[in-house]
Amino acid sequence: MSEEFPGYKGEALKLLKKAKAEIGDIVRVIKNGETFEGILIPRSEYGDEKHIVIKLRSGYNIGICITLTTQIEKVGVGVKPTFAASLLPEQRPDLPKVTIISTGGTIASRVDYRTGGVRPALSASDLYSVVPELSEIARIDAEILFSLFSENITAKHWAEIAKTTARHIEDGVAGVVIAHGTDTLGYTAAALSFALQNLPVPVIMVASQRSADRPSSDAATNLIGAVKAAAKAPFAEVVVAMHETVSDKAIVFHRGTKVRKCHTSRRDTFQSINASPLAKMENEKFFILVKDFNKRDSSRNLVLKPIFDEKVALVKFSPSLDPQLIDWYVSKDFKGVVLEGTGLGHVGGYCFSAVKNAIYNGVLVAMTSQCIWGRVNMNVYNQGRDLLASGVIPLEDMLPETALVKLMWVFGQTSDVDEAKRLMLTNIAHEISPRSLHEGIREEKP
Amino acid sequence: MSIDYSKIGLKVGLEIHQQLDTSEKLFCSCTPQLFKDEPEITFLRRLRPTQSELGQIDPAAFFEFQKGIRILYEANKETVCLVEMDEEPPHDLNMEAVETSLVVALMLDGNPVDEIHVMRKTVIDGSNTTGFQRTCVIALKGDVKVDGKRVPIQHVSLEEDAARKIDEKGSVIRYRIDRLGIPLIEIATAPVLYSPKEAEKAALAIGRILRATGRVKRGLGTIRQDLNVSIPDGALVEIKGVQELELVSKAIELEVQRQLNLLKIRDELKKREVTAKSIKEKYEDVTSIFEKTKCRVVQKAISDGKQVLAVLLPKFAGLLKTELMPGVRLGTEMANRAHFWGRVGGIFHTDELPAYGITDGEVRELRELVKAESEDAVVFVADNLENATDALRAVVERARETLLGVPEETRGANPDGTTRYMRPRPGAARMYPETDVPPIRINEEYVHKLRDHLPELPKRKMKRLMKEYKLNEKLASQVLNSEYALLFEEVASESAVSPTTIAAVLTETMKALRRDGVELDKIRNEQIEELFSFVGAGKTAKEAIPDILTWLSKHERASVKAATESLGLTMLSEAEIAKIIIDLLQENAQLVKERGKAAFGMLMGLVMRKVRGRANAEMVNKVLRRKLEEFVRKS
Ligand SMILES: [Zn+2]
Repeated sequence: MSEEFPGYKGEALKLLKKAKAEIGDIVRVIKNGETFEGILIPRSEYGDEKHIVIKLRSGYNIGICITLTTQIEKVGVGVKPTFAASLLPEQRPDLPKVTIISTGGTIASRVDYRTGGVRPALSASDLYSVVPELSEIARIDAEILFSLFSENITAKHWAEIAKTTARHIEDGVAGVVIAHGTDTLGYTAAALSFALQNLPVPVIMVASQRSADRPSSDAATNLIGAVKAAAKAPFAEVVVAMHETVSDKAIVFHRGTKVRKCHTSRRDTFQSINASPLAKMENEKFFILVKDFNKRDSSRNLVLKPIFDEKVALVKFSPSLDPQLIDWYVSKDFKGVVLEGTGLGHVGGYCFSAVKNAIYNGVLVAMTSQCIWGRVNMNVYNQGRDLLASGVIPLEDMLPETALVKLMWVFGQTSDVDEAKRLMLTNIAHEISPRSLHEGIREEKP
Repeated sequence: MSIDYSKIGLKVGLEIHQQLDTSEKLFCSCTPQLFKDEPEITFLRRLRPTQSELGQIDPAAFFEFQKGIRILYEANKETVCLVEMDEEPPHDLNMEAVETSLVVALMLDGNPVDEIHVMRKTVIDGSNTTGFQRTCVIALKGDVKVDGKRVPIQHVSLEEDAARKIDEKGSVIRYRIDRLGIPLIEIATAPVLYSPKEAEKAALAIGRILRATGRVKRGLGTIRQDLNVSIPDGALVEIKGVQELELVSKAIELEVQRQLNLLKIRDELKKREVTAKSIKEKYEDVTSIFEKTKCRVVQKAISDGKQVLAVLLPKFAGLLKTELMPGVRLGTEMANRAHFWGRVGGIFHTDELPAYGITDGEVRELRELVKAESEDAVVFVADNLENATDALRAVVERARETLLGVPEETRGANPDGTTRYMRPRPGAARMYPETDVPPIRINEEYVHKLRDHLPELPKRKMKRLMKEYKLNEKLASQVLNSEYALLFEEVASESAVSPTTIAAVLTETMKALRRDGVELDKIRNEQIEELFSFVGAGKTAKEAIPDILTWLSKHERASVKAATESLGLTMLSEAEIAKIIIDLLQENAQLVKERGKAAFGMLMGLVMRKVRGRANAEMVNKVLRRKLEEFVRKS
């Protein structure tokens, strides 16, 4: 692999180097008496080393297999695209200030049609030029914190995001928008819900399911919804702003502790589990969907608690689970284990002694359910009662992922197990709903 | 009017699009079929023009976006999954479709590419839920022969068919996405066709090759021709979606006619000394004139609180009504533009007034208000201020273009061969790689194998059809051009029916039935084979074929036996025929007595009318002759 020749290796790379052709140059390939001419295009990393890819004049790419007699000539130098941004709109001083923090996941991008590259647009001027509507909503300040795929984001990054967000809030912005990849967005949203308490203004997390380079992307609609909410929504909580359905109609705001990615690809992948979304926005109007919520109040003082302890694990019980897995966590000095049990909150009898051993060793063991929807109740069956008796903490209707994040946060606040137990059962950021309502699990919409 | 096209310098290039008959769609496993019922799923989208690296956005596309265009998609569960809804990445490229495309490319003597790269071609009119069409080049070069002339093929590519537009109401465009994703092969020729007839012949020759594979869909809408037409003094105009082969030459003829007429208008305007500057972007509110108008469209607009806005076109009087091609005047072109940019229903212009309830008095007032002289034309629209302004701005722009001659544009084909303005010609194709679909390696061995088993080329097949089946040249050629070219041989080699009859049914009868609106696509090959075996075995008469086919088209998957029974077309036995004849002889006893055996001809006619479709003529002839003889002898 080579820096100047992305994706090219072996034979193909040798020939290209010999021809002194760079990506974007016009090359002529002569093979078995046939001549091909076009722009040299980067090759996929996973492609073989026998083909080179050119873009024909018609705009199509083709791959040409290199043979012993294949010749490559450079016949023209590629013109490097220089981005000429359209004039930036005047910043309207009467508009509220909103900060957009990017952590990765491209919420806006532009395409280099010449080589096929897609580049993220992250700076404020980039965002204005790709989504010009933003300039009518708020004065945008953009900060690029990380450029990470969301699966690479860990508890350490949550702390950074929380601190950065707090800094902007203390600077007096009307709201903060955080762009994040969708895969682990739910975890980060839960983490910020615990780390940023007593919020004066909203913190809106946003993402997209369809890449921003395509005209049908949900990115711009979600971003506009998020910025509008940051600028003027009546609530001040950590929420995730995404499509409500597969239509480009309403943006829905899910509470950070109750939200889960439920579909690998759909736009409406995020769902509020065991709770109603906090609000939605349709036709420029906000509709609050819950009874009690933290109202926007810029005079309120933010409380920042950004410490997380990573010595906490989430264990999904499944048939034949080797109990030594739990023993391993104990031996590695983990402070807590969240079990994702079956049904109302159970694990196989063959895991009981491992669970008891963990608790005996001072590890906090809590129970959630892999059913996703519903509340654990360990009083109904003997299995549950046994676990309860051994000191397993039932976490009501808390999402397993939220429970993991919360336990990390709790051990960031205290190292006392009893205090940790108390905190786990205290409703801090709407992670526990006292009542289980009928709504929620996919209802047939009329 | 006969035109010497070579003298004009006409150049035509073809892009033939044909749906392939695969079992699944191009990037998912949905059934490649259309549905007619109410949609089970609907969703609403907007398409945002994406920015290129150079910060450019397609102006027409961005304009549409700013107008708040929304797209309502309709789907059902059988023909659409999340892939077509752009809610799931595409699956792997359908290799059945790749193989058919390779076969076509090899029959055209093209060079398959070593590695197929799927591209995204930006299309944001809503016809693709993603905002781009997935397309890939399968082969380059090759040629097709037209009257001995070699017409080079530029490429054979494979792409996903687009969604079907249903209608457009206000700012909502409705599309049905059943068709989206059906594999479509595209064959593009070089622009070296110099007359409408030559272009039609080339289209025909390519069509024959496609059908020779036996792996393409048939029926209206499954093949669509795009034409790139240009004349040196005119412009390159792209005509999209010519659905019938017969229309190719007509559409070209009409386009040439349109361009020549536009050039005449240009010259006339030059004579009248009109300049671009003299056409002013001055839009005047003339609502007051029409407060009490009898014209319903204007009346309704005003009562809805909208305005009437007018613009003066200096020295254009008489030109707006100039016919460019049948039913299309310069005024129509302006109306199409006004509709595209302003989304207005239509425009009014003084060349066609008074009419539509607008009085002479109103026209006079209008002319006075905008200070129009008698040689000037006035155009006006009734809509909200924004739409009306956009519409008139488009009218002014179109008027200015008239001074230059023919504007480059993309036009849509109408069913009668005329065309309508669709949109400005898009800039250089904005294509970038479809990274969700890995490139596909085409190895030489595979290509060799396909090359060794290519279907028979049409030219050779023509000769063989004439020799083996004794078809005359016209019929053989019709068979080759028909969608049943392959079926013909299957039937003819097995059925006792004469090949000429089979050929005539599969070409002429089928064509007539289609013209009468019979949905032939509903009839399966097996049913047609069964029908001929019925006719061959004497179970039904060949005269009954059209009725049976019509019945079959309305009863999907029913048997031919059921058809003949339901239509009362089962063959009569000899005894039944004899009974009918005896009854007839008795009814006409007087006549038979007078004329004796000479009554045969008339009687034959009477019997045949009674048994039509249920008995063959030879049998009737034989029985009638015998019974008549007996009858004459007895009496
Ligand atoms: Zn599908």
